[in-house]
Parts: sequence; C-alpha cells; structure tokens
Amino acid sequence: MKRRDFVGLTGLAAGGLLLPSLPGFSYTAVDPARLLEPGADVIVKKRLADAALNAAKTAGASYADVRIGRSLNQYVFTREKQVQNIVSTESYGVGIRVLVDGCWGFASTSVVTDANLAATARAAVDIAKANRKVMKEPVQLAAQKGYGEVSWKTPIQQSAFEVPVKQKVDLLLAANAAALDAGANYINSGLFQVNEQKYFASTDGSYIDQDVHRLWPTFSATAVDTKSGKFRSRESLSAPVGLGYEYLTPNTAEQVRGPQGTDTIGYKLRYDMLADAALAGKQAKAKLTMKSVTPGKYDLVLDPGHLGLTIHESVGHPTELDRVLGYEANFAGTSFATLEWKAKNLPYGSKEVNIVADKLQPGSVGNVGYDDEGVKTREWDIIKDGKLVNYQKIRDQAHIVGQKESDGCAYAQSWEDVQFQRMPNISLRPGKAKMSPDEMVKGVDKGIYIAGAGSFSIDQQRFNFQFGGQLFFAIEKGKITEPLEDVAYQSNTQEFWGACAGSCDQSDYRLFGTFFDGKGQPSQVSSVSHGSATTRFNGVNVINTARKV
Amino acid sequence: MAILSQTEAQDILKKVLSFSTADECEATLNGTIGGNVRSARNTISTAGAVDNVSLAVQSRFGKRSGVATCNEFDEATLRRCVQRAEEIAKLAPESPEYVPLMGPQKYLSSPASFAKRTADITPDYRAQQIGASMALCDAKKLSSAAFFNDSNSFIAKRNSKGLEAYQQLTNLDFTITVRTPDGLGSGYAIANYTDLAKFDAARLTRVAAEKAASSVKAKAIEPGKYTVILEPAAAVEMLSNMMRSMDSRNADEGRSFLSKKGGGNKKGEKMFDERVTIYSDPTHPEVPDLTFAGDGRPQQKVTWIEKGVVKNLYTSQFWAQKSNSPDIPPPSGWIMEGGTQSTADLIKGTAKGILVTRLWYIRAVDPQTLLYTGLTRDGTFYIENGQIKFPVKNFRFNESPVIMLNNLEAVGKAVRLGGNLVPPLKIRDFTFTSLSDAV
Repeated sequence: MKRRDFVGLTGLAAGGLLLPSLPGFSYTAVDPARLLEPGADVIVKKRLADAALNAAKTAGASYADVRIGRSLNQYVFTREKQVQNIVSTESYGVGIRVLVDGCWGFASTSVVTDANLAATARAAVDIAKANRKVMKEPVQLAAQKGYGEVSWKTPIQQSAFEVPVKQKVDLLLAANAAALDAGANYINSGLFQVNEQKYFASTDGSYIDQDVHRLWPTFSATAVDTKSGKFRSRESLSAPVGLGYEYLTPNTAEQVRGPQGTDTIGYKLRYDMLADAALAGKQAKAKLTMKSVTPGKYDLVLDPGHLGLTIHESVGHPTELDRVLGYEANFAGTSFATLEWKAKNLPYGSKEVNIVADKLQPGSVGNVGYDDEGVKTREWDIIKDGKLVNYQKIRDQAHIVGQKESDGCAYAQSWEDVQFQRMPNISLRPGKAKMSPDEMVKGVDKGIYIAGAGSFSIDQQRFNFQFGGQLFFAIEKGKITEPLEDVAYQSNTQEFWGACAGSCDQSDYRLFGTFFDGKGQPSQVSSVSHGSATTRFNGVNVINTARKV
Repeated sequence: MAILSQTEAQDILKKVLSFSTADECEATLNGTIGGNVRSARNTISTAGAVDNVSLAVQSRFGKRSGVATCNEFDEATLRRCVQRAEEIAKLAPESPEYVPLMGPQKYLSSPASFAKRTADITPDYRAQQIGASMALCDAKKLSSAAFFNDSNSFIAKRNSKGLEAYQQLTNLDFTITVRTPDGLGSGYAIANYTDLAKFDAARLTRVAAEKAASSVKAKAIEPGKYTVILEPAAAVEMLSNMMRSMDSRNADEGRSFLSKKGGGNKKGEKMFDERVTIYSDPTHPEVPDLTFAGDGRPQQKVTWIEKGVVKNLYTSQFWAQKSNSPDIPPPSGWIMEGGTQSTADLIKGTAKGILVTRLWYIRAVDPQTLLYTGLTRDGTFYIENGQIKFPVKNFRFNESPVIMLNNLEAVGKAVRLGGNLVPPLKIRDFTFTSLSDAV
C-alpha cells in the first residue's frame, strides 16, 4: 500500500475525499478565523533561528540554514448545488539544513523552541556526518552575501482568507448554476487558497521574512447524452495566480477574446468565473455533437492557456540542471539537453523562440523575493533566438556550469521537506511586431486553434510528447470554420519548437500555471507559472483520439 | 510514540469521545514511523525519516460536520481538538449526502499485514542495501539511481456508535534505474513487499543492470499495432487506472466507461476476455491489506470482474443507499488471476512481438473509452521466434485497458507490485503511435 492510500484512510476521508489526495497540503485542520491570526514575530523568529544556527556551527557545520515555515491553506469544494467540503489548515515547523565537510544533512521539527531547534540542528549535523561515509564529491556552495534583516510580501489587494467563507461558497455555487443553466449536467468547482509565511536565516547573515499568497479557482463541467451514452467535459480557463481575492473581480480590460468564430475568452490578471462557467456549460454540451478531427499535419495556433503546459513539459523540465546531470534518473528522468548537447550549439527551436526564466512576474505563482536558500530572485535567459543559453540551477550546482551565482530557484514544499532545485516561471517572450490572434489566424491555410490545457504526456528525456486541450477549432483559408473534437498533437521537442512561426504581441500575453508540479523522491510539489502570447507552429502531426470500447 | 498498540490507541480514542458534546463523533489515530534513502550517479543524494502520529476528530450536529486534527495527546490538547471540530461543524452547511456513522462492525483478520523485520529496518540497513547496490553497478561501470522507502504504520478508529477498529501495517518499496555511461542503455527494476524477508536488492540491481546493458544501440522500428508482452511493471498502472474508474456513481451518472447507453451501468455485462478475473482480498497472504475502509466499512473479498463479466462496482455509502446497490468500498489493492507462465515463458511462445519493461507518464486522453497515452521506458525489445532479438527504440502508445483486456493472448504468473498482484500480459494489436528518442 502506498502512503497516499494510507493517508486517505484517516477520519478526514469521510468528511471529504479530496483532502488526502492533495499533495503539499500537510496540515492541522483549523477554524477559518485562525488563518487571519498573525504568526510569530520576527524578533522571536530571529532568536529561534540563531539558536539553530549557533548549534549547527558549534557541532561542526561550515554552513547552515533555517527555514521557519507557517503554511495556511483553505479550500472550498462544491458540486452542482451543494458544498462538498470546506477545510482550513495550518502547518508550523522548522527545517534545518547543514553542510559538514562538504556533505548535506537535514532535519525538521514541529516543536518550535530554542532548545529543540538546537537539538534538531545537531541531528542534521549527525545525518551529514553519517552520509559523509559514502560521499564521493563534496558539495561546492556558490558564495552568497547576507542580506541582513529583510522582508517581502506578494503584492495582493485582499487576502482570500479575509473573505467570508459564505461569499466564496456563494461564488462557486453561482458558477455551478451558470454552467448547469447553460447545458452542463454536472459540475465540480473548487477554490484553493494558500499563504506561506516563510522565515529564512543562514550563516551567511540573511534573515528573510516573506509572506507569500496564491489562489486558484477551478471547475470541470460535464455534459451527458444518456441516449448515445456519450459524455464530454470542459474545464475552467482560469490560472493559479500569485494574487489575492481581487483575481475574482471581473475586469474586461484583463480579458482577451479568442479569434473570431471561437467564442472563447482568455484571462490575464482578473478572472470572470461566472462567465467562464456559463460558456463551459454551453461548450461541454456542444462537444457531444462536434465533428471528430481528421488526422494529419496542421498548423497549430495555440492559446497561452494551452501553450503554458507544453512550455512546462518541453522546456521547463529539460532545462533543470539536476535532471540534466542524472539526479532524477530513477523517477522523473533525465534530459536530452545535456551539457554535451548544449556545447554543440544546436538549435532548440526557430529564431522566434526566446524563453526566459524568472521568479519576478507580478501575478505569477513563482513570484517571491528570495528563494529557499536565501538568494534574491531574478530573471535570466534560457533560450535566446532559438539556442539554449542557460539552465536552472541553485547554489550547489552553479560551479558545474562555471557560474559563480545561483539563479535563486531553490524551493521546499514545506518546512519539513528539504529544499532543492525547482522550476521557476518559464515563459515564452511575446512577439515584438504587433499581431493579434485574429491576424495570426488570417495567415493560416489549414490549421487548428487550441484553447485550454488537456491531456499531457512526455518521455523521460523530453523528446516525444502528446498534448490534448479543452477547445479545438478548424482553421481553413484564414478563417475559423467549425469546432472539432478528439484532437491531440504529437511531436518532438526540437522539431516542435523548430516549427515555431512566431507569437502575438505583448497585449495578448497571459499566464498559465499549476500548484502541483511534482518532482523528487519522496515527491514534493511546487507552484509554477508559464507566460506566453498566442503562438503558431507549422505542420504539426495531429491524431484522432476517438475509440470504440 | 509513532506506533501505538491497540490498547494505547483505543484508550486515547475513548478519552477523545468522552469530551464530545456532538450528536455523533468519530476519532481516528494514524501513525507512521519509517525512512528513506535516495541515490543517483552511484552516490547517496538524500536520506530522510518520518515519525508522525496524528489524530483526526470528526464531529457532527445533525447533517453538519466538522473535522479538526492534532498531533499532541495530552488531555488539554485532545479537549481543544474536539471543541474545534465541534465549532467547525456548527459553522458548516448541512450535507445533503449525510449518512449516519456506523455501529460496531465485524472485520476480517489479516495478521500478515505486519512484519516485524520490516518494522525493524534501521538507517544503517538502508544505507548498506543502497551501498551494496551501488557497488554492483560500480563494478560493472554502470550508473545507478535508486530509492528505498519503508514504513511501519497503524490506524485506529472509534466512534460514538460503538465502531472500533485497529490494524498495523508494514511496507517497503525499492526502485532502481541503471544506465550505461554513454547514456544509450537504461534498465529498471521495482519491488514492493510487506515483509523484508522477500527483499533482495542485489537481484533487483542485477535485473536493472542487465536490462541497461542489453538495451544499448536500440533499433528504430515503425510504430503501429504490435503483439506486446507487458511485464507486470508495465501492466500495473494501466490496470490500476481502470480499477480506479469502477465507481458506481460516475457510471450511473453517465460519465464513466461503465455507463450504459440509455442509462444505468454495465454491471453484469461481459466487457473483457473470459480469462480476465480481478478481485480484492485484504487477507491474501501475498498482498495483505487493511480490513476496513477509511469510513469504517469492512473490506471483504470482492470479485470485480469474473471471466470477463463486470460483477461489482464500488460506491460511497450515500450512493449505495440512494441507488439501492450493494454497499462496497473501493479496495486499496487488487489481484488479477494469473496463469503459471513466467515472462520468459511468454517470450518463448511468441512468434513476433515487443517486450515492454515499463510504461511511463501515463495520462488519460478520453475517460469515455479509458484511452491512455504514455511511453515505453528502460528496456524495450523485439521478439522473434520465441527469442529476444534486439533492443528497440521506445514508443508512445495510445491504448485503453478495456481494449487491451479484449485483445488478450496470454496471462502469466502474477507478482506483487504497488500492493496489487499483477501478471505479465501478452496482448495483440497494442497501439504504438510514434517513436521516441528517449533512453
């Protein structure tokens, strides 16, 4: 039996089946009011951190860092006309990482006292000393200056926790009603709310207090034709965001209409859940009778809410340096983009492909001031004019590629997990020339426009992939002609990005994202956003996924 | 603290229930002690330990319910936890799917679910096993990445209607990927046991190493429909995905592969080859499991598919009552009846086909037909005249377990994987849709 199954057997399973299956939600269930109470004061946190750092140094650590974490989460789930679950959770504890003679050790505790943190620091040193026996290459940690006492907060207008639960329930039930009225037979909707209060301190002299907020409203509407036995779903076109509850206040200035004839709406930093749900109900029903695609080569015009997932899988993961080096070989896999491959200077994509990494974009879920090993976050190029120019790396990896500094993308899903290299936001820069999705479609002779993320799968070295979507529309001679179903495209990373014919301009730029990017053993989740504008790829292989059973 | 005896656990739970002022109250204690070690590039990369006990209290007033949790067990904390659950319950909306808590239940006994040898695993033992495995690969100039994870857990339950449950379980998982230094060969092995006595890291390392060495210089052959032999590690996830889709409510609501045209579900229909029989049994000596579900319902021996006919679907208590159907909880593991042939025997009996070690990144494409896509990985070989001829490049597949189990050619001897008993399967017309350069 897997741990996941065992956790599912707690008393919570009866109250709500969803909670145990959500990774990264380590918790104590609390009253919603608790989510508004402040955590420990920075003066207290500094004292606690110093107790751990001093104990680690005394025990022989050459470097140590302490993460005091308080995670607050709330989720609300509904189906049709009823609430399924409302749970508020809190998790509080400390993770301590030490370096002894070039070997890492890590220990964590939920008993947050000076004495226990000192003891936990010593336990981490003991683990490092035990691991030292089988160490082959000592860790080389990139130098990092201490920042002193600093703080950072996600720029939000209203914390989601300040909004009464009833108001959130009412919004979800109204969205459900909108979808049901418009043609759906069933709908599940949910609202994830996250606040990570993180205090980082290290022997480099940093004391960093951060207050990080994230939000994700989502739903799946299903239409059923009992007579034919057919059913189809359409999922929300929202994105998880690094924003407060203001994301749920509709604003037409933050909306982008899809190409003429598609009846789709994309969302920037404000989302209209009711409008999207109504459209989803109508589209789920329409999917029951849509034309099934004829397989073949098509030019694809991909909406940012779809393309983000393709960027994630085919650029985000293969450019993680730990994967490139083989540290994930037994689980997520390795990468085609090895150091040797990069040295050949081969094209990753066409000259139109410019991909950037960052943890800075406002509204993105990757946005923080400092990473989980005390490095100020930044922006750097991954692919420039179609060539791979850099990887994603943290302090103990920088020297491997001859760099002196970390990129600031270390992350741990909670205080009880050790930090490691995680994907920052990885985004495709929009085109420089003015271009709207309508203008892009005009140039396509035989193509398919795809909106929303669907099924996704890619091999362990990130060559071959297959993606579905939420909505598909045929393009013929520069015009959207009709909606399609049963569409998936298969390609190869370099071939696909090599077929990139350009992107729409900045005015079309939007973020896609997830809370649940998984990596590592034991697995940890991480939040990541991917920005892009609508982009065209020529001559991509499209398959038909309809089967008879 | 992590592993409480039945008496210790029930004493805490009795105390919790004594603090309740709600109409109904249920308390669950859940504890795990365990550890893991991970290696890559023939060196240990991380090691960790787990030592947790937590209490979940569910309080109910009428149809309103609230849950609170804590991980300290002094009287004041327990009392606060119960109060919090009651406060949350009072604020909650009424559930239209409310079902009263169950009274005393009779559970099967599954003593094999706990093995002392597994519970006694130490960090030194883990490091030693990984170390020995790495040494084997070092000697062959191969690179290994492995993960060893073990746990000793207990779960105890008690409610205000008199239900009482307790069980202890152990588990260990080991996976290893071995690669050739040129990156052109990769092999994999996996094991999962309740009892450490069955574990042999050296044997698994040799299997992965042999697959790595023999998968170098793979030839590209055209994608298309092939007869395949899916080793248990390749078959397990496709079958698990199907078993997880056997919920009766989804089927009755018309949104499952088990929904019937015109309404209702396909229970009683023959959907698969007659050699397909899948059941669950928490007392099975090879895959002993919990004898009660998360909500306290007893886990019995249940036949899900018998000779190709759908015999049972699982359900929530609410849906069982509403649809007047048998009240069967979802199982945590499943057993597919196998034959006597090993994978090697299946290869011998194959004129032309592909041997698949493992499938990877499997994702649903169409829930209507249970169509999944994914790729072969870590050892894919061409078979001709009963022999492995050469390694082939990996493929992407688009296939449904429903179609697979209709195109069944042979079923081999089942082995334990992920808490299930999974046979190797020989299947005709398995659909590979493209080639992958990944090794």
